[in-house]
Amino acid sequence: MLEVRDLRKTYGSVAAVDGVSLDAGRGEILGLLGPNGAGKTTTVSIIAGLVRADSGQVRIDGKPLAGDTDPIKRQLGLVPQDIALYDELSAHDNLTLFGALYGISGAPLRLAVAAALELVGLADRARDKVSAYSGGMKRRLNMAAALLHDPQVLLLDEPTVGVDPQSRNAIFENLVTLRERGKTLVYTTHYMEEAERLCDRLVVIDHGKVIAAGTLQDLYRMLPASNLLAIELEHPDRPLELDELAALPEVRSVARSNGVLKIGVSDLARETSAVLAWLGAHGHSCRHLESERANLETVFLTLTGRSLRDS
Amino acid sequence: MNTAFFAMVRTDMRLYFGNRKALLIHVAAPIAIASFFGYVFGGAGGGSETSRIPVLIVDLDSSPVSRAVAANLAAEKALAVESSTLEEARDKVRKGKASAALSIPQGFGVAAANALFRGENKPEIGVLFDPSHAAEAGMVKGILMGSVMQAVSREAMSGAGGRASLDRSLRDLEADRDMAPADKRPLTDLLGSLRRWNDYNQNRRAAGESPIAAGVTVPFTTREEAITARQDQPYNSYAHAFAGMAVQFILFMGIDVGIGMLLLRQRGLWRRFRAAPLSRAVLLSSRAASAAVISMLILMVVFGFARVVFGVRAEGSFGGFLLICAAFSLMTASFGLLIAALGNSPEAARGLSILATLLMVMLGGAWVPAFLFPQWLQRLTLFVPTRWAVDGLDAVTWRGLGLASALAPTAVLLGSAALFGVVAVWRFRWEAD
Repeated sequence: MLEVRDLRKTYGSVAAVDGVSLDAGRGEILGLLGPNGAGKTTTVSIIAGLVRADSGQVRIDGKPLAGDTDPIKRQLGLVPQDIALYDELSAHDNLTLFGALYGISGAPLRLAVAAALELVGLADRARDKVSAYSGGMKRRLNMAAALLHDPQVLLLDEPTVGVDPQSRNAIFENLVTLRERGKTLVYTTHYMEEAERLCDRLVVIDHGKVIAAGTLQDLYRMLPASNLLAIELEHPDRPLELDELAALPEVRSVARSNGVLKIGVSDLARETSAVLAWLGAHGHSCRHLESERANLETVFLTLTGRSLRDS
Repeated sequence: MNTAFFAMVRTDMRLYFGNRKALLIHVAAPIAIASFFGYVFGGAGGGSETSRIPVLIVDLDSSPVSRAVAANLAAEKALAVESSTLEEARDKVRKGKASAALSIPQGFGVAAANALFRGENKPEIGVLFDPSHAAEAGMVKGILMGSVMQAVSREAMSGAGGRASLDRSLRDLEADRDMAPADKRPLTDLLGSLRRWNDYNQNRRAAGESPIAAGVTVPFTTREEAITARQDQPYNSYAHAFAGMAVQFILFMGIDVGIGMLLLRQRGLWRRFRAAPLSRAVLLSSRAASAAVISMLILMVVFGFARVVFGVRAEGSFGGFLLICAAFSLMTASFGLLIAALGNSPEAARGLSILATLLMVMLGGAWVPAFLFPQWLQRLTLFVPTRWAVDGLDAVTWRGLGLASALAPTAVLLGSAALFGVVAVWRFRWEAD
C-alpha cells in the first residue's frame, strides 16, 4: 500500500533523512522506531507531502505522490505530533472543519464526524470545547481528525506523547480496530514498549538511516544474546577495561550507560557467574544486578552502541 | 476546493467573532477613541468654540493707551486675557499655563503716540512666549499690532496725551533744520489738521458727547466659510477621527491575522492543513478572504456608529466609500499574510508589526493631519498606504467628493495589497513547522 524508496533530505550539512526505504501493507502497523532527532518526523512529513524530499519516491497504492493538490493525498491521514486542534471550538466543529478540508460536506460529513467521534469514544463530549478536554481526550480527538476522509494510510507521529496509561490503551485499541479494518498504519515512536506491543513490523532509524527492519522476531534474531545483564557497580568511577570484558567467550555484547554496565549473555546461569567472577577478579564489586530478556532497547544498543533512551 | 475554502473562512470568522477581546480592541476601541478625538477637534457642528489662547498682560504704563490696548486684546474672542505682574507672567509662561505674555513698558502711551508720526524712538512691548506654542505667539503678535494701532491712533485723534504729542511733533518739526521747507509744509498741515480734529473731539467730550471717528480702525472684515461637502454643511470632525481610528485598529486586526497564522504553525494546525490536498493559493487566500471580510465588517460597524450617533455620512460618492473600504480591507489582509510570512515566531512578530503599524498610522495622518507635517514628510507619506486610506475616506465623507476622488486611493491600496501579497507568498515558509 505504501512504498517509500531511498528518501533523502538534508538541511544544510545535516542529513535528516539519508536513504530511507520502507513498505507497509494493508492491515499492517509499521513502527518507525528511533530516538528523538533520528529522522522519523521528517520521514513522515515527506510521506504526507509536507516536506519535499531532495530525492526518492513515495508511492501510495502504486501511484507516486506529487504536489500539494495530488488527489492521492486523500489516501493519507496525518496525526501530527502536536495536538493540532482549535481549543476554542468544540470537538464536533473541529472535525467538521478538518473533514471539509478534504471536500466532504453535508450528510457524508456529518456521518464521518459522528463515526470518528464514536471510534475514539468522544461522542458524548462532541459539543464541548476542546479547551475543556483532558490531555488524553485531546490526543484521541487529534487522531479522529485524521480519519474523517477515511484514508487508507494513517501516519501517526508520536501520537501518545504525554498521555496517561488509560488514554494510551484507548488509543492502542483504536489503532488495532483500524488495522482490523484493513488500514495501513505508520506509527513513529521512541517508546520501545509501544513498538513491541503494537507494531507488526519495525523500521529502526538512527541519524536518518534505516539501521534495521523486520518483525520483532527478525530483530531479535539479530541479537547475539537473548538476555541482558544490568550491573550497577559499587564504584562506577573506577576504570574498567570494557574490551577485555567483551573478549570473554561468555559475553555477547557490552555497553555502559549512565553508570550501568549492560552485558548481553545467552545462558544466564553459566555466563552470569563468569561475568561476576571477572569483575571480582578485577577489583569491582557489584551493588545491584538484574537481568532482562532482550528487547528493542537491546537491539538498538547492539546496533548503535547507545541506549535508545539516551540518544 | 470550494468546500475547504469556505470552511476555513467560516472558521476564521467564527473564531474572530467569538473572541470578545478582539472585538473590544478592533471595534469598541476605535469608536471610543474616535468619538473623543472628534469631540475634541470640533464635533459635528463645525462651529463649536475652539480653546482660546491664554495671554497675560503686564501693564507697567497704566496710561489710557495701554489700558485701551489691554481692552482691545481682551475683546478678541481668540484670546483669554488676564492681567499679571512680570514675575508671575514669566513663571506662568515657563510652566505652560499661558502661551504668551505681553509686557507694556512705562511711558508706552506717550512714546507710541510720538512714534506714530515720526517713526523714531519706538517703545518696545516685551513678548514672552512658550516655544512649544510658537504659532500661537505669532498669532498674538498679529492681534497686538491691530490693537495698538487702534489705541494709539485713537489717543492721537481724541485724547489729551495725543494732543500733547501732536504739539510736540509740530514743535519738533518746526525746529527741524534738516527737512526741506517743501517737505515740512504738507506734514505741518497734516499734524495741524489732526490737532484741530483732536481739539474738536476734546470739546465734544467736555460737552458730554462721544468723540467721532477717533483713530484708525482695521479697514476690512472677513467672511469665513468652511468648504465642506455642501454650502452651509458644517465640518464634521468626527469623520476624520473615525477614518483615522478605524484604519489604525483594523491594521491591528491585520497583525492578529498574521500572528494567528504563526500560532497555527506553532500549534501544528498548519501541518494538518498542509496534509490536505489543497493548493497553497487556497490555504493563503482563505486566510486573506476571512481577514478582508472581517475588516470590511469592522469598517461598516464603525462608520455605521459614526453615522447614527455623530451624523458622519459619505457626503460624496458612497460607491467610492465602499471601494476604498474594500481596497483597504484587502490591504489589511495582505498585511496580515506578510507578517505571517516574515515573522519567525508570534512573540517576535508582534512587537515588530505593532511598530510598523504605528509608523504607518502616524505617517498616514490618522493621529495628526498630514498637512501639519513638513513638506518633505508630506511627500514621503505618499508612499504610505494608510495616508491614501485616510485621505480617501476624508474625500468621500466630509469633503463630499465624487467617485473620481476614490479611484487613486483605491488603486494605491490595491497596489499595496498586491505588493504585500507577492512578498508574502514569496517569503512564506511552507515547509517550516
